[in-house]
Amino acid sequence: MKKTGKIFSVVMASALAVSMLAGCGASQQGGSDTFKIGAIGPLTGGAAAYGNAVVNGAQIAVDEINEAGGINGYKIEYKTEDDELNAEKSVNAYNTLKDWGMQLLVGSTTSACSIAVSENTKNDNMFQLTPSGSAEECVKYDNVFRVCFSDPNQGIASAQYINDHNLATKVGIIYDNSDVYSSGIYQKFVEESEGKNYEVVSAEAYTQDNNTDFSVQLQKAKDAGADLVFLPIYYSDASLILTQANTMGYAPTFFGVDGMDGILTVENFDTSLAEGLMLLTPFAADATDELTVNFVKKYNEKYGETPNQFAADAYDAVYIIKAAIEKAGVTPASSVSEICDAVKGAMVQIEASGLTSSKMTWSASGEPNKEPKAVVIQNGVYVSAE
Amino acid sequence: MSKTQKSNFITYGIVIAAYIILEVLMLTGNLSSHLKGLLVPMTYYAVIAVALNLCVGILGELSIGHCGFMCLGAFSSAFFSRATEQIIPTVPRFLMAFIIGIAVAALFGFLIGIPVLRLKGDYLAIVTLAFGEIIKNVINSFYIGIDSKGLHFTMKSAMDLNMEKDGDIIINGAMGITGTPHNANFTIGIVVLLISLFIVQNLVNSRDGRAIMAIRDNYIAAEATGINVTGYKMMAFTISAAIAGAAGVLFSHNITTLTASSQYFGYNASIMILVYVVLGGIGNIRGSVIAACILYMLPEMLRGLNTYRMLIYSIVLIIMMIVNWSPKVIAWRKKTFGGLNLISILTGKKKGVA
Repeated sequence: MKKTGKIFSVVMASALAVSMLAGCGASQQGGSDTFKIGAIGPLTGGAAAYGNAVVNGAQIAVDEINEAGGINGYKIEYKTEDDELNAEKSVNAYNTLKDWGMQLLVGSTTSACSIAVSENTKNDNMFQLTPSGSAEECVKYDNVFRVCFSDPNQGIASAQYINDHNLATKVGIIYDNSDVYSSGIYQKFVEESEGKNYEVVSAEAYTQDNNTDFSVQLQKAKDAGADLVFLPIYYSDASLILTQANTMGYAPTFFGVDGMDGILTVENFDTSLAEGLMLLTPFAADATDELTVNFVKKYNEKYGETPNQFAADAYDAVYIIKAAIEKAGVTPASSVSEICDAVKGAMVQIEASGLTSSKMTWSASGEPNKEPKAVVIQNGVYVSAE
Repeated sequence: MSKTQKSNFITYGIVIAAYIILEVLMLTGNLSSHLKGLLVPMTYYAVIAVALNLCVGILGELSIGHCGFMCLGAFSSAFFSRATEQIIPTVPRFLMAFIIGIAVAALFGFLIGIPVLRLKGDYLAIVTLAFGEIIKNVINSFYIGIDSKGLHFTMKSAMDLNMEKDGDIIINGAMGITGTPHNANFTIGIVVLLISLFIVQNLVNSRDGRAIMAIRDNYIAAEATGINVTGYKMMAFTISAAIAGAAGVLFSHNITTLTASSQYFGYNASIMILVYVVLGGIGNIRGSVIAACILYMLPEMLRGLNTYRMLIYSIVLIIMMIVNWSPKVIAWRKKTFGGLNLISILTGKKKGVA
């Protein structure tokens, strides 16, 4: 009796499991009168600010396009998934969106996740446009394009900018060697610095496990006589560096890249310390052109905060997709693969203008072609450095 | 057939039955791509849960740095696969990647075991935690590249590799390894899981296993009966590390970007594996497999609830803990369901034994 009971319950358990799994079958294929666009980013956890900026920025663009009548008359359906800054989860998020019927992907937000997802989009031949995946390998495949600058480009652009504007004779670098983004820019910056009119005198690393005390790194830069400190890092760490440099009475020019955008919004940070800080960024929320003013206003109304460059990149990404679809003339009835091939072809022909640049073009490699903008912080606002 | 043999076969049976059901669903197109993507992660988390259960449940030593061994297995095998991608065909390469990943993890399990296993209880847990972090951080500063002149290695930066123009940087510091061939699939995952189950379950029922459990139950008594305490501890710890290494090989060959960051190999990841083991039942191998699968799948299945899913996930953890362990609930379960006790069959718990 006991044995039959056991067997019976095992059978019951498997039946339960099967019915649970079978319920998850891929059934969505319909909805051929809307374009289905998905977005992936870290919506929870430590990097949630970036992921939320991306999905919110894209949401605003989607709403605007739908209000204006859609792409070639077809509305956009939009769905987001969380990846918790985890490449494994990012692939899961991608698969979830695929089951939903996604035709074009805006994502992933971060580099490592984007690279992992691109392996899958390549297999499925789905068009992928990452707003902010900046590592070189993100656009390894021909179906992947990006909106932001690549890490190497930022390193090269920074080195050239410092050289062309005679900003320094001795440069110190503080970077995060546990971070893909930071070490990527650092590597290219140092390579590009060969033969420039300045000299890299110190390069000090830190990791995410010890990002609270920077006095050693700053002291080394000071002792080496660096008159410019290059900070290819995110703004939260940079705000500490600026504060600590001020405490020890060290006042070189600080130069950052797009991760520095947001430093004026750090809580309890004395923004006067950021005076004179220069950064290369594609987007400044205080710009006065109509597009930016409009976007910042809408974003503020809807989400109660000032958008950063991630939101701007994602906003542009949706409009870029719109432009490419219009150029390619595809309809939602086409298969994912057909859309991808057509849009891929259109990407290299279009010239888009948006928040992050007034003129963007793409090469078949997936890299955007746009001018980096340098801004300097004066009286608590970004001012064009030119 | 003895009782333990029967119990072992039920474990294999559950795994094989799950495999067949899922394969059939996949072939008939009833499985969503989301779920298909979850299958391989489920197998390697089950494998590392089995490995950790050997260490925590059978050996009785709390290790909270087990993801470090997974990290070693992942990096060594991914490095090998990337370096020889053009030279060796897929099947032997992947097999060799397994051997290398397991060997490296076992070697470090052995080396780390020498100082660590001299400690007991909390101290051992703290030191394993430290080693887990050390492994992660050291790998984070590795730069290894290959060019026409051979292998280059540095711990400073990619520029210090002094590579030729044709060089290929394989491990690039924090950027880790990208472009590992995607060789792992569900079938291989299941085979690895079955092999690790076979090894652990047979070890437990062998003479060595009984010695290991004797050490767990009473260290002094075991030593007094002439059991080589250090030797058996080292043996269990090394095997556990080796199996964790196998999970790492599956991990790195399932995803193209491998970075030694805390999301995958840090303290929290190790704790997550420990949660699988504790909720599945300490010392209960079958329970670990089931708990790993359910708990890995749960947050994914709850994606529809967006940000609430982590809240629900933690509530489910608490409920599972109560249902599995609270004496009152166990008594109630017995009273209500009598002989037909699903949970105890699935997790293989004997009556009265938690």
